[in-house]
Amino acid sequence: MKLDAIFISGRTVNQGVNLENKSSTAYFDAAGYCEMNSTDAGKISTDPGNNVKVTTDFGNVVVPMRICEGNPDGLIFIPMGPWANAVASPDTAGCGMPGFKGLPATVESTDEKAPTMPELMARLK
Amino acid sequence: MSELLIKNAVVYDPINKVNGEKMDIAVKDGKIVDSIGNGADVIDAAGRLVYPGGVDAHTHIAGSKVNIGRIMRPDDSRLNNKPRTKITRPYTGYTVPNVYAMGYGYAEMGYTTAFEAAIPILKARHTHEEFEEIPIIDKGGLTLFSSNWMVMDAIREDDLDRVAAYVAWGLEASRGWGVKIVNPGGGEAWGFGKNVAGLDDPVPNFEVTPRQIIRYLAEANEKLNLPHSIHLHCNNLGKPGNYTTTLETFDICKDIKPKRDRQAVHLTHIQFNSWGGNHWGDMESKGDEIAKYMNKNDHLTIDMGQLVFGSATTMTADGPVQYANAKLLKARWANGDVELEDASGVTPLSYHPESYIHGIMWAIGLELALLTEDPWKVLMTTDHPNGGPYVNYPDVVTLLMSKKKREEAMAKIADLTFERTSIATIDRELDWYDIAIKTRSAHSKILGMVEYGKGHLGVGADADIAIYDLKPDETDSTIEYEKVKAALRRAAYTIKDGAIVVKDGEITATPMGRTYWVKSTAPSDAHDRMMADLKMKFKNYYSVNFANYMVQDEYVHNPVIEECGYA
Amino acid sequence: MLIKDVICPFCGCLCDDLAVEVENNKVIDVKHACKIGAAKIRGHNRIEAPMMRESKTDEFREVSYDEAINEAARILVDSKRPLMYGWASCLCEMMKKGVLLAEEVGGILDNTASVCHGPSALGVQEKGIPTGTLGQFANRADVVIFWGCNPVQAHPRHMSRYSVFAKGFFTNKGRKDRKIVVVDVRKTDTAEMADEYVQVNPGEDYKLLAAFRAAVADKADVIPDTVAGVSKEKIVELAAAMKGAKYGIVYFGMGVTQTRCKYKNIDIAVSLTTDLNAYTKFSIIPMRGHYNVTGAGQVFAWETGYVNGIDMSRGVPYYNPGETCSNDMLMREELDSAFVIGGDAGAHFPAQSIARMAKIPVIQVDPFHNPTTEMANIVIPVKVSGVELAGTAYRMDSVCLRMRKLVDVDFPSDEEVLDKILAKVKEIKGVS
Repeated sequence: MKLDAIFISGRTVNQGVNLENKSSTAYFDAAGYCEMNSTDAGKISTDPGNNVKVTTDFGNVVVPMRICEGNPDGLIFIPMGPWANAVASPDTAGCGMPGFKGLPATVESTDEKAPTMPELMARLK
Repeated sequence: MSELLIKNAVVYDPINKVNGEKMDIAVKDGKIVDSIGNGADVIDAAGRLVYPGGVDAHTHIAGSKVNIGRIMRPDDSRLNNKPRTKITRPYTGYTVPNVYAMGYGYAEMGYTTAFEAAIPILKARHTHEEFEEIPIIDKGGLTLFSSNWMVMDAIREDDLDRVAAYVAWGLEASRGWGVKIVNPGGGEAWGFGKNVAGLDDPVPNFEVTPRQIIRYLAEANEKLNLPHSIHLHCNNLGKPGNYTTTLETFDICKDIKPKRDRQAVHLTHIQFNSWGGNHWGDMESKGDEIAKYMNKNDHLTIDMGQLVFGSATTMTADGPVQYANAKLLKARWANGDVELEDASGVTPLSYHPESYIHGIMWAIGLELALLTEDPWKVLMTTDHPNGGPYVNYPDVVTLLMSKKKREEAMAKIADLTFERTSIATIDRELDWYDIAIKTRSAHSKILGMVEYGKGHLGVGADADIAIYDLKPDETDSTIEYEKVKAALRRAAYTIKDGAIVVKDGEITATPMGRTYWVKSTAPSDAHDRMMADLKMKFKNYYSVNFANYMVQDEYVHNPVIEECGYA
Repeated sequence: MLIKDVICPFCGCLCDDLAVEVENNKVIDVKHACKIGAAKIRGHNRIEAPMMRESKTDEFREVSYDEAINEAARILVDSKRPLMYGWASCLCEMMKKGVLLAEEVGGILDNTASVCHGPSALGVQEKGIPTGTLGQFANRADVVIFWGCNPVQAHPRHMSRYSVFAKGFFTNKGRKDRKIVVVDVRKTDTAEMADEYVQVNPGEDYKLLAAFRAAVADKADVIPDTVAGVSKEKIVELAAAMKGAKYGIVYFGMGVTQTRCKYKNIDIAVSLTTDLNAYTKFSIIPMRGHYNVTGAGQVFAWETGYVNGIDMSRGVPYYNPGETCSNDMLMREELDSAFVIGGDAGAHFPAQSIARMAKIPVIQVDPFHNPTTEMANIVIPVKVSGVELAGTAYRMDSVCLRMRKLVDVDFPSDEEVLDKILAKVKEIKGVS
């Protein structure tokens, strides 16, 4: 079962705390996850801590799922950083700014492993 | 150090009463000297016009307002572009040039000193950051005290010495040269979107009037024995009918006794404050009324704030005026409230000769300069870049020197202008001596910079010299205005501290100039009262800590410090 | 030794009231800072020495500073289109050197605003910006709107120092004197403490702002029953609250700049703010991320006339966002090297852009190992500005402050590295 969602990224305190500590597991914990509300989590039959795969027109990424009841139905959030960027759009619509928010995405439960930061970057080389 | 001899110069040096005398000028170690040896470098001026380096006592060249102008106006930055050379960095911008073009542009016209007219204390570090990057010219700045809570609270408690103590502290904190007052009280009222209507309209929540702010600051200025007088942008700027406020403001400082040989008050860009009528429809010039006052009184000086047709970027600490401009013109509007201190605004606009309002403004600036008999009382400025960019000074000079040039300009200006102004009836044409006064000597005198060797060529003065490719004996400035303009726009030589920085209108060297500021002191009991209040305000109301507020020495390059205080 | 009045080098708040305990040249305690600022000042594992590698899949080998700097200079001189990106974690003194280097090598200067508040600059170019200093808002604002920003997470002390809880001259009851409105696509922690939370549909901020403009202009009749997920009643009610403010302030973040319509959202948000000034006093201000990203815009503007995306290849600055910003240049595969300093392109550009960066030589100047390091060929470690080096930074409201030095380290500063690269570039080019 895949959930159709809108993807956004954004800042968090812990992502900030580890902004200069990006090769640590703490950074992965701070920026490598996907938030959705429990209704949406139920739709794809996943529990907090289990991995989900997020796919957009621009790529896909596997990260652990977390619940955030502040998200409305169909809105998923990944903290700004390499995991979010794996699915972000490079199209600037002619104004310099890529697409980090508001992209149509699908989310599904997965057994695939979430990549570490170096693994994620290695995919791009 | 080097020696330089300028031979066969036709010199106009009004401070030393030299009027077109053919003479040699000797330079040693960056100063004017009596004579030098035979080994000196020689420039043969060959009868060409020689002036002291130009001094601009009122211009907006650096700081947060100028930079928001640049940020808002990439359209402007695309103008006047000149790629980098081995000597110069790239030039960008017309009304809001980048820091390099700012310095080069002045130097190319033979100017060697410019004073930034508005430094908010909280943002003074920014102003000095830009000063540090503006090449060649010497700089100073005027610090804003117009709507400052420290000033207004001390005035309400009738504590003049505390006002003075704060002014001394504020000048040091901002590394400023003088006291600037913009729409006194209006900045605080603008904090809640209001303005003050006139000199006796109390500032909301502070119970002091603009008149009191002016009066107390003028007295504090003299108590501190400052080199410059208070420098005042009147209330009600940019409103038809405002000349009555202006005339009333003139009177406020009539009995102030200056401690130095200068005016008691300088009133800036008075063109914008010499408007008659009741609304835009019946707006007319009252430049003649202002000039009449100037001719009868000796306690004040003014500058023109001449309008130049074309693009301008208006920028001022007068927040409400900029909102009004932007609303009227549907223009871009940047506002910049400064906590506890002042307001500001920036609005790009364009002046059109087809508009009689702009025509009247254009005429008023010229009326002020031409109808005021004493040339020392009216400086030539455009309030750069409010009336227009400073690179147009040569054009303004030709308007002052040539009736024919004015007639040529008037032919393109809306007819109604000439029913509402007297410009068409004025025959006066200024000469080279008058122009020297209006573009350098009077600027220096009014700022208190004569003793620092600015605006003149007497022995001991800074060897800041402009040589123009123009022979006064052979040039009829009343007719050959195109030639005059071209010569003034690109100096044959600009010499700064004895070194050639411009030759044939091109930059040849880019030394860094000085920054002038004033360290003044008030009696210690007043200082202590002031500090108690200041510390309280930092604790409760400022968003920065006291320890991080004052501009540090690191930001003031080549400082020259005037030390003065209670005499 | 307790160093007082320390200015925090993390975010655009530049909180200047920190106290840092230093013993034996080590930071042992950070007082008054938020969790993020404290973490930055306490420090992290850093890159110990310069490193180089031929291929990005090789292991790095340690090299001398001279070797790394000389190779960096060679790459820059050999490049036709070098990108020089970052700058937001640099002090202003370094940015000036960066502009000079970009002029010398004909590079493209871009800063992190490109992926942050670059659209805000475009909005300012369209409509201006009525704004002020943070203390003005603290002293006066009784209606506070956070639109597409989440200070609880991104600017943790903003609310206590400037915007919500701060007590000021006309707001001496602090929080009680203010009405707090949060507009966001999800109920953030900031929204949790608001008086009003307005949930806007993702990508529909422009519509909602347009509806507010209509309501403010008393033209509610043209507003549909629901706009962007918000009821007409709520829009009309909030517009009245805005007009009824004594002083209103809009703080906005990347929820507005990065979503659909991008700079047009800023354009209309500024227009709404300007409209409101016909009724009361209203200001608007972007919530800037990096502590000195505002300074990067300021320095670039006074040096070149433009804030970011500045192409120096013509000898005179050329600016055309959408053409000359980093991601556009990367996606066109126009760049032939990248010099990354004081900003982490690797972590904050879309993966597809980074994949382009993987194909060109990358030089990184940074104290810390990060995703850009993974893409780099040359890594030059430097001091942490604002902790190990004093210098100038601009707060989000463009108030300029001098950062303090807290401890001494042996690493060179960014400025020293830039000076040496510049000298080497000139040597290679044979210019003085």
